Amino acid sequence: MRRFFTLLARELSGFYFSPIAYVVLFFFLILNGLSFWFAVALLSRGPSELTLVQAFFNTLFFWIAYLLVFPVITMRLFSEEFKLGTIETLMTAPVRDSEVVASKFLAALIFYLSMWLPSVLYFLIFSWLGNRSVVGTGAQVWGPYLLLLAMGMFNVSLGCLASSLTSNQIIAAMMALVLVLGIFFLTMINYIINSSSPLVRDLTAYVAQLDHMDSFSRGIIDTRPLVFYPTFALLVLVMTYHVFQYRRWKL
Amino acid sequence: MIKVEQLTKKYAGVTGIDQISFEVGKGEIVGFLGPNGAGKTTTMRILASYMPASSGRATVAGFDVFSESLKARRHLGYLPENVPLYHDMRVNEYLRYRGALKALSGKRLKNRIGIIKELCGLREVGRKKIAGLSKGFRQRVGLAEAMIHEPDLLILDEPTIGLDPNQIRQVRELIKSLGERHTILLSTHILSEVEATCSRVIIINRGRIEASDTPENLVNQLRTSGLLRLEVKCASEDPVSYLSEVSGVREVRAVSDGEWRSCEIRIEANTDPREQIFRLAVQRQWVIRELSKERATLEDAFVELTHTDR
Repeated sequence: MRRFFTLLARELSGFYFSPIAYVVLFFFLILNGLSFWFAVALLSRGPSELTLVQAFFNTLFFWIAYLLVFPVITMRLFSEEFKLGTIETLMTAPVRDSEVVASKFLAALIFYLSMWLPSVLYFLIFSWLGNRSVVGTGAQVWGPYLLLLAMGMFNVSLGCLASSLTSNQIIAAMMALVLVLGIFFLTMINYIINSSSPLVRDLTAYVAQLDHMDSFSRGIIDTRPLVFYPTFALLVLVMTYHVFQYRRWKL
Repeated sequence: MIKVEQLTKKYAGVTGIDQISFEVGKGEIVGFLGPNGAGKTTTMRILASYMPASSGRATVAGFDVFSESLKARRHLGYLPENVPLYHDMRVNEYLRYRGALKALSGKRLKNRIGIIKELCGLREVGRKKIAGLSKGFRQRVGLAEAMIHEPDLLILDEPTIGLDPNQIRQVRELIKSLGERHTILLSTHILSEVEATCSRVIIINRGRIEASDTPENLVNQLRTSGLLRLEVKCASEDPVSYLSEVSGVREVRAVSDGEWRSCEIRIEANTDPREQIFRLAVQRQWVIRELSKERATLEDAFVELTHTDR
């Protein structure tokens, strides 16, 4: 277990001790700020049934920031090790492949979660200055964050898989983007194909991140996505583990 | 310390190494020689548990490198070719990370980092970023990393590549001093280095072991080992016919240089007919300016064993 924490600490320092992370964080916060500003603007137009949290988590800017961040976070995880050749020193030290994969995944997830922390501050300040009931209460506030965790696990694991497939970070980022966006827009099939079967509708409903966020920000905690996303993330991580091993063995 | 049996590695149908077997005992410094693409790096990577072999068995410190790879890896320090390092880390930070990864902690980790930095001459660059270090320093950081956990076995893949002659000498001295406590398997192209440091040499070519012996024995076994150089002044006589009759002489070639004749005399292995030649010269009243035995080098052995169009 100590080995795992050593690896995790190294991966985290790779995130937090690099200037690129702060550039990413900067643009992420701009989008977050815009999202918050629009949410406030929407509510100040007149009486509304929406809470502030609900408005914040359903703007266009929120979704852009949310989707674009995964390729940026995960692209270097494995591909950089392959590119630099440090994979050779890493994997000849007494560490397990699974520990390496898990530590990289967890570090990326922690970084992803830390990016959402400032938005918590927005709500705290707003409820302190203004009306608490406008912000939302109970599950209406922590629900969306819980869902962000579950969906984040899912998308970060996709990024890990993409990064383990190539030693080129740009290719890794493109692959991750295609995977993340592809799954995000899967529900759009129902709009394109008018007479899509109920089966397709039911299947795509599992990854309908827009719909999930809509219900979670209302304070409706649906356990299906909370089970589905982490389970799927585990499956993708197992795939990543095998790809990671295979790439070394065929070298 | 290392035991390799019938090890084979195939890459997509191409054979990298072909049923090689060798052993390295405790405390030996073994040089691994061979032309580029001969299978040195492949063998070392398998020994370091970086990749599995297609067939055969290899053990490090008694642990199978595939089935007990974690235990095997604990006993080994590996320096890959080109010394991959994390460029964004500082030297101290890197050594601390790698030490912790190799199960060192607390006071012991701190002690080891101090000792190893002293040993590898890294004291003044401890706080520098690896990206800003020269090739020589990076090499030393790699070496320091490989032995931070005091492994029984060090596997070094071309530890002196890309260094200047002074640095090569320093690294060589370092390796020699390490040999007192560690078993070392190193690969290199610099043959004088092997002669200076290694107690045994394994020459590998096209995936097969061509020879495994001490450097001296390898040189002695050479076909080309016997070559005498003779320069004589012998008036009008032709020295070739006389010299050819001396026992132990295989072939004589002579070139005129004014009144001097310089001869290259090939002799049978393990003979030294210089005394007879001297007596012959005295008898024929030749004047000798030079009579010397050319020493065959490990380079000759290397070329002879690995030359492709033999």
